[in-house]
Amino acid sequence: MALLEVEGLRTAFHTRHGVVRAVNDVSFRLERGETLGIVGESGSGKSVACLSLLGLIPRPPGRIESGSAQFDGTDLLHSAESTLRGIRGRRIGMIFQDPMTSLNPYLTVEQQLVEPLLIHGLAEGAEAHRLALAALKEVGVPDAERRIRDYPHQFSGGMRQRVMIAMALIAKPDLLIADEPTTALDVTVQAQILDLIEREQRQRGVAAILISHDLGVVADVCDRVMVMYAGIVVETAPSEALFRAPQHPYTRALQFSRPARQAKGTELYAIPGLPPDPMQVLAGCPFAPRCEFAIDDCVRGPIHLEPLPGGGESACLRIQRGELEFEGAARALSQ
Amino acid sequence: MTQAHLELQGVKVHFPLERGIFGRGGAATVKAVDGVSLTVGKGEVLGLVGESGCGKSTLARTILNLLPATEGAVILSGRNLASLSREELRAARADVQMIFQDPYASLNPRMTVHDTLAEAIQAHRRVPGAGLAEEVAALLQRVGLAPRFSRKYPHEFSGGQRQRIAIARALAVRPGLIVADEPVSALDVSIQAQIINLLARLTRDLALTMIFISHDLAVVRHLSHRIAVMYLGKIVELGPATDVLERPLHPYTHGLVSAARIGERSGRGEKRMLLAGDPPSPVNPPPGCSFHPRCGYAIDECRRAEPALDRFRPAHEAACIRLKAIHASG
Repeated sequence: MALLEVEGLRTAFHTRHGVVRAVNDVSFRLERGETLGIVGESGSGKSVACLSLLGLIPRPPGRIESGSAQFDGTDLLHSAESTLRGIRGRRIGMIFQDPMTSLNPYLTVEQQLVEPLLIHGLAEGAEAHRLALAALKEVGVPDAERRIRDYPHQFSGGMRQRVMIAMALIAKPDLLIADEPTTALDVTVQAQILDLIEREQRQRGVAAILISHDLGVVADVCDRVMVMYAGIVVETAPSEALFRAPQHPYTRALQFSRPARQAKGTELYAIPGLPPDPMQVLAGCPFAPRCEFAIDDCVRGPIHLEPLPGGGESACLRIQRGELEFEGAARALSQ
Repeated sequence: MTQAHLELQGVKVHFPLERGIFGRGGAATVKAVDGVSLTVGKGEVLGLVGESGCGKSTLARTILNLLPATEGAVILSGRNLASLSREELRAARADVQMIFQDPYASLNPRMTVHDTLAEAIQAHRRVPGAGLAEEVAALLQRVGLAPRFSRKYPHEFSGGQRQRIAIARALAVRPGLIVADEPVSALDVSIQAQIINLLARLTRDLALTMIFISHDLAVVRHLSHRIAVMYLGKIVELGPATDVLERPLHPYTHGLVSAARIGERSGRGEKRMLLAGDPPSPVNPPPGCSFHPRCGYAIDECRRAEPALDRFRPAHEAACIRLKAIHASG
């Protein structure tokens, strides 16, 4: 049985100006030990989808309109707050983008590291200290015996993110959710942190969801990638297949608009226009207004995510009908 | 190279650091920029890369004369900025404009697009009413926005559109040199490509000189003729863009390129070459070559002697005493 099975998740924000449908019928599953990447631009719903699972959507204005999320036998979307508290930080660990705002500046690193252990009654006293120190060493913080008594501001960005990872993993969770864990970091430090997450997650067999706007980062670390656009899933595929042969015009466009994949100095492939207004309800494909392959049927809708022969899924009508075939940017460049 | 548009001669920007209330004796200094010499030709696009804290943004502000250089000279079209009178400096500054990372923070939320652009146009030139509206419209068109947008306020635009407005504002004073500090970093991938194309087109059509600062090597490579790599306030490598990124000389550049390649592979499995540790603090930079604590090739001598930029290939130089040893085989 899958560790996590999300069915028809819809999350909306009811604002003064209208209803923002941030997540619009999203379904996915995650096996034990598997790494799933969720990719999308800002406003695509990738973070809201995960925060919905954890019961961390501010309510109001947010509301989970429908759906279910079976996590090892518990429906996260229909659980009491007390049940969720027992799961967050214990069975599901979380890492956020900005380690400075998610660490408490008034507490030492040790106080924050032992917190999950104390709250969930896993250890206390000297035992908790020993576990905290071991966790800090494990994530590669040098001179851990001394640094454990330091405050977050005494650490660099990369070291802080290491502390966050140690905190997320200290209660030995089954699932790790990392939301843009390397976006705020320098490239050289990014590589270190990605390596660390990958290593920890493999060694412990923890399943992971990695949320990023960067297709490259996700493809590098994840088994499977799910691409979101305007609140819906437009494509899912094994990472390698996604680059070899994308099955949605949006995924293809994302790959092609990176300068690294194009000859120097040429006009970059750019997706025209802007993402749709999230308050508007579109009948058809939300990408259709920007899509060079769109036909009348795309605008008329309805569209669904359908399984494809290759093992992935696509929400593109024309791909489903076999009218389009794409080559990935990786291959295009090597020719 | 044609005529030099900008010349930096041994530029240093040091900030004194307060020692706290009970501070004793010698106050420390942050050596944000520590001896940078560089020449940028007219019409050239120079990419400036490095990690956060390496001094690239401080250098940009010094070029604009927003921060005075502690030592050294900034020479713009043959004139030393430090030797100019107030009036001359004002005129000289019209030639240099900056584009910032965050278009949300760099536009005045209470001014319409028209007012923002009109103010910039009139900062250095007298333009009568009718001509002004015309010029605003022309500027908007140049950056790919419809002239009817001129009555709107910044909050009515998306991030990409706001960056277009910021670019239009920079162009309003008809500068010859643009300093762009991470201009696409805050934008989504699909919008980044649009802005990069716009910058490439503008520099070409208007024959602009540009210093393009970014941590994104792929973006820098795409736009730049030459690339300068900064580490702890110093330039450690300088050369033609493709050479620097495809055949890096300095071990630091090599690590940077390797780390950045995360996004460029088509699957997992390939091993990343990692730079260990964090960049050291510019308050107490390590002696000798400041990169030696993170460098796999460091020998004793690296801890003592501070390396200078050394030409290794035609037009391609690096500050590393081990260049010959490292690149002997290739």
